Amino acid sequence: MTLPGSTRVSSEALPLEQWRTEVLQRLRDGARFGGLYGSDRNGATELITLLMTADGVNCVRTLVTPGPGGELHYPALSPDVCAASWYERALHDLSGVIPDGHPRLDPLLLSIPTGEEHPRPGRQSRPAHVSAEDASGPTDVAGHVFTLPFGPVRSGVMESIELLLETPGEDIPHLNIRPHYKHRGIAKQFEGRSPERGVLVAERVEGISSVAHALAYCHAVEAIAQVEIPRQAALLRVVHAELERIANHLDVTMRLCDAAGLAVGTARFGWHKETVLRLVSRMCGSRFGRGVVIPGGVSRAPALTYSEIAAAVSRVRVLVHADVQALENSASFLDRLRATGPLSAKRAREHGALGPIGRASGFDDDSRRRRPYDAYGELPDIAPPRNDEGDAMARTRVRWHEISTSTALVLAALDQLPSAATSRPAPVRAENGFAVGWAEAAQGEALYGLEVEHGVIRRCFARSASLHNMVLFHDVFVGDIFTDLPFIEASFGLSYAGVSM
Amino acid sequence: MPAPWAVRGLRNGILTSRWPRHADEYFDSFVSGISVDQGPATAGKRLALAQQGTLDEICPTGALRVVSHGADADLTVDRGRCILCGNCVAAMPEVFTWAAGSATGVLQREQLVVGQLSETDETLAIVRSQLAHRVRRLRRSIHIRHVDAGSDGSDEWEVQALLNPVYDIHRLGVFITASPRHADILLVTGVGASGMAAPLRRTREAMPDPVVVIAAGTDAVSGGLVGQGYSDNRGVGELVAVDVWVPGAPASPFSLLHAILLALGRVPPGGTR
Repeated sequence: MTLPGSTRVSSEALPLEQWRTEVLQRLRDGARFGGLYGSDRNGATELITLLMTADGVNCVRTLVTPGPGGELHYPALSPDVCAASWYERALHDLSGVIPDGHPRLDPLLLSIPTGEEHPRPGRQSRPAHVSAEDASGPTDVAGHVFTLPFGPVRSGVMESIELLLETPGEDIPHLNIRPHYKHRGIAKQFEGRSPERGVLVAERVEGISSVAHALAYCHAVEAIAQVEIPRQAALLRVVHAELERIANHLDVTMRLCDAAGLAVGTARFGWHKETVLRLVSRMCGSRFGRGVVIPGGVSRAPALTYSEIAAAVSRVRVLVHADVQALENSASFLDRLRATGPLSAKRAREHGALGPIGRASGFDDDSRRRRPYDAYGELPDIAPPRNDEGDAMARTRVRWHEISTSTALVLAALDQLPSAATSRPAPVRAENGFAVGWAEAAQGEALYGLEVEHGVIRRCFARSASLHNMVLFHDVFVGDIFTDLPFIEASFGLSYAGVSM
Repeated sequence: MPAPWAVRGLRNGILTSRWPRHADEYFDSFVSGISVDQGPATAGKRLALAQQGTLDEICPTGALRVVSHGADADLTVDRGRCILCGNCVAAMPEVFTWAAGSATGVLQREQLVVGQLSETDETLAIVRSQLAHRVRRLRRSIHIRHVDAGSDGSDEWEVQALLNPVYDIHRLGVFITASPRHADILLVTGVGASGMAAPLRRTREAMPDPVVVIAAGTDAVSGGLVGQGYSDNRGVGELVAVDVWVPGAPASPFSLLHAILLALGRVPPGGTR
């Protein structure tokens, strides 16, 4: 029922020369590029590539040893795997490894002056301070184009990020994304903590998807410790994860209504979202479901009865459904979304676009269905979405569809919970080992690579769907203008905390 | 054909909280802190905790401290460091309990350390009167500029929630503004990441005085859990002068609303019954 993820994870170490060829071969064979990161090994750096297969994960590793001057080089994947581009930039910023042949090695998460120390995740010591430069973005445009910085302090209540738009006046032929401002150094925050404590950091990687990140992290810990969690915990995890998804999709709908100037819609969806957050807080104390998911199961049963939760969810479902129908009949709303920010099916597939963004462009790799975890395998199958046009409208309809399927999953799980025996979390002893864990967040798949040594975390790679999907922002401004930006941004539904980490 | 939006807006009646004029059940019941039992019944347990020196094993952010008084041991919780993980409640439920109530914001950082004998009443009165003097011209039209200085993203949801019909800050004459030139309150979330230091300072400098600065959430107050990193994330107090400190992981909308009214001297004295 709740097999640890390790059964579907394979791992192999290759010499540097073979590593690149092997990665490319596996991608040609149909694997999806899931991430690339570095882990310090006494001055050398181990590169770990996560490749998602039909029902699991391949980890292909290699060791990059320092050259005569101490520099670390390897042949970049980006020229052949464009999805690797941001991972290699992040790898350069954090681990100081230089991917030779990378088309554009600008700082992404952290701008470190030449010669200064990099944080080097995986190294036991922590740098007290890493000096970061505050250089302005590239503004050297030619012709009838000028640059316009959006952010890092955005208008309204938003997370900090800079979108450097290059525009002749109204169109946006190109933009630069600069997420480094709110870089918190999350990778090093995992290190040195016990596997039980690490979940607190995971909950803060992307605060609006705390449950999904805690799940992905815990799946990795449980795989190392080889424990199976109790059925009750598996079902409760589904309830919390799906409520979080509903809240996220309601938030996106609210922001879209706000962008369209639809005041009543904004208020209604804001209210529905508040209702869901309050339901979660009455279940567990936290409005974001924090503290519920722990390695080995869940920390406590909800403070509400299952029938109370089911009744509350059913009430919200009716209200949301009626308001979504009203949006479907509001031409002023639909006109702003149709044909806005289109992501082509080809681009979505080659990049491996995650979550609702991928699904709305016909690339559906929902880890709940493809690589099921917790109780998803025994719950009714999740009906795939019907929209694949790739525009902001399709992304929004996919989210509305997911609100329905998530509600159904919550109700199905609640239905089964009374039959599950009350049980304490399984005891977890993760001493040494490496494992990969995943969970489908509202933004898409959250992916964790976790290495535990002598009972403490040596390296934890947290990959949010936001980081993976954000690059696609570059591709969707075809023919769109300034006033489309809020719609495209909201329809992506990303968390910038999860991008800049 | 569904009902038009205007009708839809009226359908569910008034959803808005009546706080601060009347009590609100959610305001009072929301768990937003940890309390320490300092009574004689748990004196032995506290002393044992103090002598074992295991407080930092219980608390991941070092919010628990021992203030010894001879044979007895007083424990303090710094709510400005507390991330509400509940480890201490689980480990020692007789000593540590969840504290309900959203009136969590304070005017002095030290006030967030609960369990400590308050010796600062006099200075607090001075701080309060200075703040009251500063905000006297702001009256009943208040504009807030929010800046994210390295949050995990949840803080923004809670600030945004102030605009939903349940909290509806507009009814109190409080608005969110895009321009720092129009702003009276600077509401800062996040750990104070070094990359945001300069943008935050520029925002503060663009605001016309008088300005009230609110540090919203445990991350902003102290850096919280991820605040011991290389990115100088020890809270926003090191980047701007903070007037109101609001703990919480993240600070709930009611806690934020309370803090805004606290800054303006508009929290009703003696509670809201």
